[in-house]
Amino acid sequence: MINVHDILETIQMIDNENLDVRTITMGISLLDCCDPDIDAACEKIYDKITRYAKDLVKVGEDIEKEYGIPIIHKRISVTPISMIAAACPGKDPVKFALTLEKAARAVGVNFIGGYSALVQKGFGPGDYALLQSIPEALSTTEHVCSSVNIGSTKTGINMDAVARMGQVVRETAEITADRDCIGCAKLVVFCNAPEDNPFMAGAFHGPGEPDCVVNVGVSGPGVVRAALKKAGDCDLTGVADLIKRTAFKITRMGQLVAQEASRRLCVPFGIVDLSLAPTPAVGDSVAHILEEMGLEQCGAYGTTAALALLNDAVKKGGVMASSHVGGLSGAFIPVTEDAGMIDAARSGALRLEKLEAMTAVCSVGLDMINSPGDTPAEIIAAIIADEAAIGMVNSKTTAVRVIPAIGKKVGDELSFGGLLGGGPVMEVNRMSPARFIGRGGRIPAPLQSLKN
Amino acid sequence: MRAVIAVIGKDMVGILAGVSTLCTEVNVNITEVTQSVMQDLFAMIMLVDISGCTIPFTELSDRMESLGAKMGLSVKIMHEDIFNSMHRV
Repeated sequence: MINVHDILETIQMIDNENLDVRTITMGISLLDCCDPDIDAACEKIYDKITRYAKDLVKVGEDIEKEYGIPIIHKRISVTPISMIAAACPGKDPVKFALTLEKAARAVGVNFIGGYSALVQKGFGPGDYALLQSIPEALSTTEHVCSSVNIGSTKTGINMDAVARMGQVVRETAEITADRDCIGCAKLVVFCNAPEDNPFMAGAFHGPGEPDCVVNVGVSGPGVVRAALKKAGDCDLTGVADLIKRTAFKITRMGQLVAQEASRRLCVPFGIVDLSLAPTPAVGDSVAHILEEMGLEQCGAYGTTAALALLNDAVKKGGVMASSHVGGLSGAFIPVTEDAGMIDAARSGALRLEKLEAMTAVCSVGLDMINSPGDTPAEIIAAIIADEAAIGMVNSKTTAVRVIPAIGKKVGDELSFGGLLGGGPVMEVNRMSPARFIGRGGRIPAPLQSLKN
Repeated sequence: MRAVIAVIGKDMVGILAGVSTLCTEVNVNITEVTQSVMQDLFAMIMLVDISGCTIPFTELSDRMESLGAKMGLSVKIMHEDIFNSMHRV
């Protein structure tokens, strides 16, 4: 018989330590929905999404019941819409956003990602119009998420797109100011964006992906923290080992759910994203893991080192537990979605500069950060450029999801509700990067040797 | 197909009877039972065969949960694969 201790451990993880599968995300290619007539294209998109994903939510709920493991989100990612919009020049791409919204509501998913453009080397047909339309698309929809890839290690950084995205983020905040600027919480600017990421807001279905695929994102910061707490004062080799073991278990569960979902939906299994994704719930925080390792508060010196250890151990433990790993894999540090980060930002222990350093060693980047309402577009663009540079040089994914809190200043708070959480407005450096950003052009791709 | 029923809560009269009666009603065969009582806390793990179960698994899971709620215990039924995959390489 299965060991009683193991059974009780699993139940303890689920009941008391917030272990869950964060998301089952179905990726759907819309490349066959291109049409010069935008209304015809929208109809094809709606039909395809509702046909492929009609059972997604039900299957997710059934698996949840049978295995007793909570599956928090059921989501959809689609081909970057700029590729579909390219076929109907001169038409307003917001129509596509409204179609995605309608489809998301019809199948009951809680987010649909892919209102996206890949412009790391330049703007193709459809790209610029899509960027222009992002503020309106995000303000007129509730479930649609948008992402733009502005750089990569192989191509360098498209600084024209960076400058434009600074303005787009600001416009999105302004147009949704009456709803705590929530539009910006659904908008990510990437460098080295993965094409199979199941996590929002940055999920899209890359052009190299199959027609339809199921990707799963696991979670479990609370489980890792509880394991560390139980272990007491072991040295860091012991800490790394313990995190690996825990990540292995968490990921095995994700792998099981992914395979089962794939079988029941008759859709190929894509990847498991080995992530520690926090939620604002107490006991589900990445910052608290770092504090459990021995830091007074997240943001103290030592935070970057502790995070590097955590991120690497999570991947090492998870890789063996899954047959295919991908997505953003690593520890996430979204400030407003993590109880420990929110506290650290409120107390002033965690500042933007430290967060930037942390992004060099962990998954994603400057995520869910509230900046003062009067932050100019060029400063937002420069934050994006700095973050993209870290990603480009280190051959890793980085992203910026910053929310200019319109009408608010440092110390005020924004509240988005749900998993997006809420938190304080953080100070940004006010020295002007306007001339640098105004130059435009491209930052050339970095050398991959002579690494120093 | 096999599943694990885990009952956790305060020890009281009729726990085993309640769970096994429900199993009988829906034609679920109990293959193994292990239980331990630590101070007041009661933990019982049952391995059951659900291939002949007369109701869908989701309904069985709901009924176990409401049985638990009635007795003031946590009663869960989970597919055995979750434990096999998490704890065995």
